Amino acid sequence: MTTRETFELARTRLAAGLRELYVAPYRSTFARARRDEEDLFLMMVLAEALGVPNPVSYYTVELLPAVYDRFHDWHRRMGLDRSPLEHISCC
Amino acid sequence: MNSVVLALIGVAMMITGYALYSKFLARRVYRLKPAFATPAHEHRDGVDFVPTNKYVLWGHHFTSVAGAAPIVGPAVAVIWGWLPAFLWVTIGTVFFAGMHDLGALWASVRNKGRSMGSLSGNYIGPRGRNLFLVVIFLLLLMVNAAFAVVISNLLVSTPTAVIPTWGAILVALAVGQAMYRFRVSLPVVSVLGVVALYALILVGDRVPVVLPETILGLSDNSFWILVLFVYAGIASVLPVWLLLQPRDYINGLQLFIGLGILYGAVLVSAPTVVAPALNTNLPEGTPNIVPLLFVTIACGAISGFHGMVSSGTSSKQLDKETDARFVGYFGAVGEGLLALGAIIATTAGFRTLADWEAVYSAFNSGGVAAFVTGGGSIINAGLGIPVSLSATILATMAVLFAATTMDTGVRLQRFVVQEAAELAGIRIGKGVSTVVVLVVALGLAFGAGADGSGGMVIWPLFGTTNQLLAGLTLSIVAVMLLRKGRPVLPVLVPLVFVLSMSVFALVVQIGTFYAAGNWLLLGMDLVILVAALWVIVEAGLAMAAARRAPAEEAVAESARH
Repeated sequence: MTTRETFELARTRLAAGLRELYVAPYRSTFARARRDEEDLFLMMVLAEALGVPNPVSYYTVELLPAVYDRFHDWHRRMGLDRSPLEHISCC
Repeated sequence: MNSVVLALIGVAMMITGYALYSKFLARRVYRLKPAFATPAHEHRDGVDFVPTNKYVLWGHHFTSVAGAAPIVGPAVAVIWGWLPAFLWVTIGTVFFAGMHDLGALWASVRNKGRSMGSLSGNYIGPRGRNLFLVVIFLLLLMVNAAFAVVISNLLVSTPTAVIPTWGAILVALAVGQAMYRFRVSLPVVSVLGVVALYALILVGDRVPVVLPETILGLSDNSFWILVLFVYAGIASVLPVWLLLQPRDYINGLQLFIGLGILYGAVLVSAPTVVAPALNTNLPEGTPNIVPLLFVTIACGAISGFHGMVSSGTSSKQLDKETDARFVGYFGAVGEGLLALGAIIATTAGFRTLADWEAVYSAFNSGGVAAFVTGGGSIINAGLGIPVSLSATILATMAVLFAATTMDTGVRLQRFVVQEAAELAGIRIGKGVSTVVVLVVALGLAFGAGADGSGGMVIWPLFGTTNQLLAGLTLSIVAVMLLRKGRPVLPVLVPLVFVLSMSVFALVVQIGTFYAAGNWLLLGMDLVILVAALWVIVEAGLAMAAARRAPAEEAVAESARH
């Protein structure tokens, strides 16, 4: 390995370590905020199916297939052990 | 005694403790297994549970637990002489703190990464859980009040630290913007941030800011305390990326740089320790060394707060169970080194014994100011940095520590208030809960007098609460070990010692607060004393029950055959 490559490797490692030091203490805070946003988004998409009138269901219904993968985790996070929707039987 | 000898003996004791005692704990007591699936892997969610490199996790754990407390405690406690403080810090780190932090990590890892508060419900019973919440509430409350006083005292005694202290907020805001808005590379941001911080220290050293003795009818100390609480309130409700995250990061870098400067200067200048090994000429009103030494130095010897961090965040990120030895035990060693640095600065940083005695003229009169003055002269002698500038560097370091802890303390206390209100069926928002936290902390700070010194008066009370929390954590670990039929003596001896010293100190302080007519602190003391006795009874019952039950591992073994 040349001196230049060694230097470059050390620089990359230092940058990665510093980044981890910067990000790690608040990683869960950000991830939780992101998840809360996602939950709200899913709630809006599924509002009509859950019996809540949704003025934009014409648009959100198209998004249903895109959220199926995340649906199971979402209803468990909402405190529902089984899927609350008949037409989505994920578990 | 030469301070280098003191530093070398101290460091050697702690390193030997890590090399030998932590290995014994890991193999024989906690029996850490590299193959055990840690919660970071089993419940990996990218949110709380993330397997993390052990060196990075140590850095994260260490900067979370290291605050101003390992500086304040030893800086006050050397009034009894350097030897008792030195022995308590070194022996405490090796046999108490390291075992406690490693034990808390292990207990949490073996219970799906759950926090100590949640585990206390399982191992000590539902009352134990409520007790845990009460102790945590009191601890956070005292952290906020005590650290506001520490900072205001420093801003008054070291006016050159005013500009860097408040300027650090601007540096943190700029770092936050550079990171998220302008996407500047982190090494560049780090260098620029540290350079800006040190430039502010240079400016502050040239332009000291001295407040008039009275502002709006308040003393300069009281004014700073009010300003600090207003700041902490605002900081705690701002988005974390804007201020808290970059502030923690810059402070973390400053911690490593400051420690490097201090230990480097000690090695180069090798100052003589002028303070007596055992101070026989104690100022009037100094409390007895037993039990007050053991609660005056809490962080740096053993700290319940570490158990909260170990089980709250670090245990969820542990890649391998065996990493707990490095992250937990060596994290405590890091804090011990900070406390050792504070002992050296406050005992070897003065020219003569008379100079030292003039600073330590009363209990609580030394403190962080002595650390700044003493450490400043050591840095001056070792590295040639002017005395005033050296003192400004150390004062800024201590203030940033205390301020970061205060920011986090107010934020965590807000969550506790919101949760407590929710349990009572009331929903309160960010604003109201923050105001509640600030009003209570201000009440505590000003409850002992109009100068706001209540925060410093309660310092030993903070120590007892912290030790009480450590006692709760150790009780959980002891019950787990008893249930498994493992050696329990390494946990039981510190547990009994820490709890008995806490109760002893609380009883002594009742007399002190009563004599001073300090009803607020007397009331708090009584609450903590009841909690302490409660902890002892509950932990004793839980341990007796665990001892009677057949050992889990023996049961599992017989089931296999």
